Amino acid sequence: MSTKTPSTLEKVLNAGHLAVTSECGPPRGSDPEVIKKKAEMIRDHVDAINITDNQTSVTRMCSLAACIQLKLMGVEPVLQMVTRDRNRIALQSDILGAASFDIHNILCLSGDHQSFGDCSQGQNVHDLDSMQLIQTVRHMRDEGKFLGGDELKRPPQMFVGAAANPFADPFEIRVPRLAKKVAAGVEFIQTQCIFNLEKFEEWMKGVRDRGLDEKVHILAGITPFKSAGMARFMQKRVPGMDIPDHVVKRMSDTPKDKQAAEGITIAVESIQQLKECKGVHGFHVMAIEWEEKVPEIVERSGLHPRPAV
Amino acid sequence: MIVADRKPVEEIMDMVKDASSVLILGCNECVTVCEAGGKKEVAVLASTLRMSFLNQGKEVRVDERTLERQCDREYLEEVRDVADRYDAVVSLACGVGVQFMAETYPRLPVYPGVNTCFLGVTEERGLWTERCQACGQCILGQTAGICPISRCAKRLLNGPCGGSTKGKCEINPELPCAWQLIIDRLNALDRMEDYEKLMPVKDWTTDRAGGPRKVVREDVQS
Repeated sequence: MSTKTPSTLEKVLNAGHLAVTSECGPPRGSDPEVIKKKAEMIRDHVDAINITDNQTSVTRMCSLAACIQLKLMGVEPVLQMVTRDRNRIALQSDILGAASFDIHNILCLSGDHQSFGDCSQGQNVHDLDSMQLIQTVRHMRDEGKFLGGDELKRPPQMFVGAAANPFADPFEIRVPRLAKKVAAGVEFIQTQCIFNLEKFEEWMKGVRDRGLDEKVHILAGITPFKSAGMARFMQKRVPGMDIPDHVVKRMSDTPKDKQAAEGITIAVESIQQLKECKGVHGFHVMAIEWEEKVPEIVERSGLHPRPAV
Repeated sequence: MIVADRKPVEEIMDMVKDASSVLILGCNECVTVCEAGGKKEVAVLASTLRMSFLNQGKEVRVDERTLERQCDREYLEEVRDVADRYDAVVSLACGVGVQFMAETYPRLPVYPGVNTCFLGVTEERGLWTERCQACGQCILGQTAGICPISRCAKRLLNGPCGGSTKGKCEINPELPCAWQLIIDRLNALDRMEDYEKLMPVKDWTTDRAGGPRKVVREDVQS
């Protein structure tokens, strides 16, 4: 895969290194220090940091502004953008705004449904879906044109990503769905948190059988459990999550004061195992409000120091 | 058909509380089928209002009529001779009927007696579900006859989101995932390859986004 943008993440991946990304959720307020503090904890252990876009449909500081904060710190952001809240005018406008700050990575998502968030009575937009957003960014970047066909000055130079959930139903279309995103022009994928490694490997086999791993960089999603309670909650309550009973049991069988450490160990073991999985080109560590543990996970997984590219 | 649901009687009472004569006007079409606004519901609402007014010690005349349709001018004309006898009309038709009634009788206060919900079907008696959002540009040919615009909570055009679990939608474990239904049907039709065709960015100008819509048929206008 040839490098098309100034993105460090793209360079790391195309140089054949295992990439490491992580994510920071912006605050429910306007204090920039919150995002800076989180980014400071992990900046030396990752190639880029995703900023979530009103995740779980709860209103937060906008992803674009938080990405600019990272950029001002000299940290590479991945702008997460959901199609739930903006129509094609606003999406293209925000892409240009991000490009004006030389934000070089974007993750195209549809977004959680608003009924889960703090504005459950609100309207959603979904003028585009995530695949169409991928196409939109590629069109703006590669053709230098707006969706409407007009030329745009100084096209965005963005490495285009999307999410994949190997565990959602129906399983049989999980590989075709990735193929569809690849056809739409996606260049990197960050997956849903992986706890069922067997099922993930089954999905990856399907991905390899179709040669999709040659066309898109797949970053495996890793989330450490803080506690057995968190494992049980995610297993039962989070849609599209696949957490095998033996993983929950392993957390529950651990004494309470050692559960956090066990969660980290499970994450590290998963990375070690997935490093051997052909087609996995890196890891996306989603340590939900537990950013301080990212360096330990990255170091123990042998992914530190990060390569200079 | 257009599916509507009954409004709470308290809400209707509040709308007509100052009237001394009220006409409850039903519709024989969709709202009759979904048991929200036909002759039977007109009778039930009228007697409920009469009792409520009586309990409040008010003398209010409450009359009942049910038209063949309220979305056609000729049927609305059937109440022309009596319309000016009422202080208020409670229309149990869908929002279309309420508006057309109001437009036809500009000086008559017309109130909605039902909440108009969606275009749907009768799954079984007492259960109606949405099937169409009247976007004006039908894509059912590409989606195995199942509409993701009306049946997917995110109206996704290119496949299920990551929240689809055991064939159900992430927002409600009882709601079928529209894309699961599409995939199952594509499978049954041996047309799975259709799934991988990218659905382009949709033209929503034929939807609400294009403003109020109209259909002109010059061939039937003469």
